[in-house]
Amino acid sequence: MRHNSSQLGYKVQSASIEGRGVKLEIARSTVLKPIGDDSSSHFRLVSSPAIKFEMTRKLGFAFLLLAAASICEAAAIFSPISEAHRSAALELFSPAAGTFSSLEEATEALRTFEVLGIEIESDLKDSTCKSAVDALSSGSPNSKDLYYALRVSSVLQCKISDGALTGVALRLKDFVKDAKSLLDFYYSIGGLVLIKDQTSEVDVLLDDADGIFRSVKDLSQSDGKWRYSSNNPESSTYAAGIALETLSGVITLKSSDIDGNLIDALKRDVVKLFDNIDKYDDGAYYFDDRFVDASGHQGPVSATSSVARGLTTLASTSGSLNIPGDKILGLARFFLGIGVPGTGKDLYYQIDALASLDQSRVLVPLILSLQASVLSISSQDKLKVKVTTVLGSTGPPLSVKLMQVFSSGSKDASIINQELKFDPKEAVHVLDALPVGVDVGEYVFAFEIVLSDPEHKKIYVTGGRTKVPVYVTGVVKVENSKVEVLESDSVETQQKLDLPGKNDVALTANHLQKLRLSFQLTTPLQNPFKPHQALLKLRHESGVEHSFVVNSGKLFETTLDFLGLVENFFYLSGKYDMELTVGDPAMENSFLQPLGHIELDLPDAPEKYGPKPEIAHIFRLQEKRPPQELSYAFLGLVFVPFLAFLVGLLRLGVNMKNFPTSMIPAAFAILFHGGIAAVLGLYGLFWLKLDLFTTLKTLGVLGLFLMFVGHRTLSHLASASAKVKSA
Amino acid sequence: MVKPATTKDDAHALFYSLRSAYSATPTNLKIIDLYVVFAVFTALIQVAYMAIVGSFPFNSFLSGVLSCVGTAVLAVCLRIQVNKENKEFKDLPPERAFADFVLCNLVLHLVIMNFLG
Repeated sequence: MRHNSSQLGYKVQSASIEGRGVKLEIARSTVLKPIGDDSSSHFRLVSSPAIKFEMTRKLGFAFLLLAAASICEAAAIFSPISEAHRSAALELFSPAAGTFSSLEEATEALRTFEVLGIEIESDLKDSTCKSAVDALSSGSPNSKDLYYALRVSSVLQCKISDGALTGVALRLKDFVKDAKSLLDFYYSIGGLVLIKDQTSEVDVLLDDADGIFRSVKDLSQSDGKWRYSSNNPESSTYAAGIALETLSGVITLKSSDIDGNLIDALKRDVVKLFDNIDKYDDGAYYFDDRFVDASGHQGPVSATSSVARGLTTLASTSGSLNIPGDKILGLARFFLGIGVPGTGKDLYYQIDALASLDQSRVLVPLILSLQASVLSISSQDKLKVKVTTVLGSTGPPLSVKLMQVFSSGSKDASIINQELKFDPKEAVHVLDALPVGVDVGEYVFAFEIVLSDPEHKKIYVTGGRTKVPVYVTGVVKVENSKVEVLESDSVETQQKLDLPGKNDVALTANHLQKLRLSFQLTTPLQNPFKPHQALLKLRHESGVEHSFVVNSGKLFETTLDFLGLVENFFYLSGKYDMELTVGDPAMENSFLQPLGHIELDLPDAPEKYGPKPEIAHIFRLQEKRPPQELSYAFLGLVFVPFLAFLVGLLRLGVNMKNFPTSMIPAAFAILFHGGIAAVLGLYGLFWLKLDLFTTLKTLGVLGLFLMFVGHRTLSHLASASAKVKSA
Repeated sequence: MVKPATTKDDAHALFYSLRSAYSATPTNLKIIDLYVVFAVFTALIQVAYMAIVGSFPFNSFLSGVLSCVGTAVLAVCLRIQVNKENKEFKDLPPERAFADFVLCNLVLHLVIMNFLG
């Protein structure tokens, strides 16, 4: 997220607040290193300080700023150029071998040093001047080299003879005539303007200023961007900035008046360009070229810087431009919001743009910054506000009023409207006392800058109401702290604690009891306080730790029900050390205190991983069967009717008289009876072991046989009885 | 004095007359009757057994009882068909009736054996 990174990129002086024997050190935030050699719109945090409430107790200021950025969209801290930029410039622009690698790099370095007021060693000065003079006197066919050489020599004030300059001017005029692309115009016209600044002896005026103006203006587009050449459709905002600079150069070098309509049209183009400006939530305005254009530039820093330079140059040559003040201020905020860039080029763009804005005839931005945005109630810090130009120099006389105070998270604010006292010695505006009701926590203060001289409103832009995040820290009192062992909600043991001092209580409890810890936190203004962290930690002698969050409400308390925690504690009985941690960024006396120890008696762990009981398969129980003797008895009984049948047959005088006596019928009769017996035997086998299919197959065979035999027998008997009848 | 006719005497008289009439039936019919009585008694014994021990293999019980009952029924059919005094079956040779009886019994017993389990 961009506005987070803008905050995090800011390097803050460290502040240390002492109170109540606890020293809080607010660490320096880290420097952001942008990704990619040129500035890109993405910054990544190289290292972020984590918040630890351990022994060292270093608070990450970055966290405060992150939280601040998340409270309220428009609250942001912008600080003017500082020592950090100077040291970065020295680091980034130190030439490797005692000289700069190219005139372009030399230009960037020297311009940055010039704005920041850094002195250059005379050796380096001499060597750079020499290379510039060499470039000017050599017959270099490149207008770019001449341009950079001239820039270097103008910064370093190298001694070049007028004759040499005249020769250069003539060559540059030739370049102007032959120029085809925007960059050709830029270098050649820029060179001529530099020569004009250096000496008035050389003739640099252009003959056909109108025609040149028109040919450059033709490269413009309707959306305010500029193309690099007429046959290349690529356009960018960076090119627009260059074009504006070039055109203001043409206006400076004119020998006769340029058509006023053209200049008006140009001013309208600039207004159109500013209509398409991008904006961040914290009030920074910028231009972004999201692609690599013909000159290899990409990213918002170079594009915005080029436009800023172009705009201010145009304003200085052709009068005021109708650009709204908040956009100018937004450009300044964008550059200040970057912090300290990581590459030399970006630093140059930033510093150069800020310097142009500072001297512009459009509007000079004024920046409101806080000397320290963390105030401590206990050490009675006063809020100090500085209003300076972007480069850090003092602004015009003005007064600062605190208009509103928003507390974090809530939209409503208290209206204050209090004027801050101006301390001329330190050039800061001081708020004597914090407004009523400002307690420990995060706030957003809304200031308004009022210029003393109403005429200055045309020169300076202040931005109306500026919101800045402020942290108020203080000592939080811990009261009514006690730890108790409860036996089914009735207190068994109670020990009062002296927090945040040292404590050493000794308690015992078993798994049926509960442990309750309670305390109250009050701010210096007697309000209840809710810290960011409130943890109770129990550590077993074997090193196993358990942490519990202390619930907040009117009273801070936590109740540990050991019955439910037995499993979480892994059934470890023994001595547990208790530690309480209470911490918050706004709390100056955050503490991590051992409270003592508690002897816990927990039941034994059940055997979880032994072999499980063996499962024996239970077969289906047999149905209850009658006793065997009974069954045998009835078996015998069943045969009784059969025997009775046989006896009855004998009694009836059954005989075999009808049995055929002659051979063949007798055989058939025997076979008939045999067949029936066989079928019955087959049924018996079927019951005992055969299945239906074999039975049926055999039955079919037997049946056929039986039918044949039976038919023969019975028909024989029938004929025999018919003979008897007829006889 | 003449004894008044009691119910007991009537029953005796009825029984004797029935017995004498029955002895006039042809022997083959008596054989069949005996067979029927035998089958029914066997069925009754099976029912008594089931009453004592419970009907656990119910299919066995059913098949046992039904075989007895079925064979009794078939025997009764045979008796009807073989009885010379029965005008309806005058033209049916008794051998044919007997063949039907045997066949039906065999089929019945196949089914019974299958159901016996």
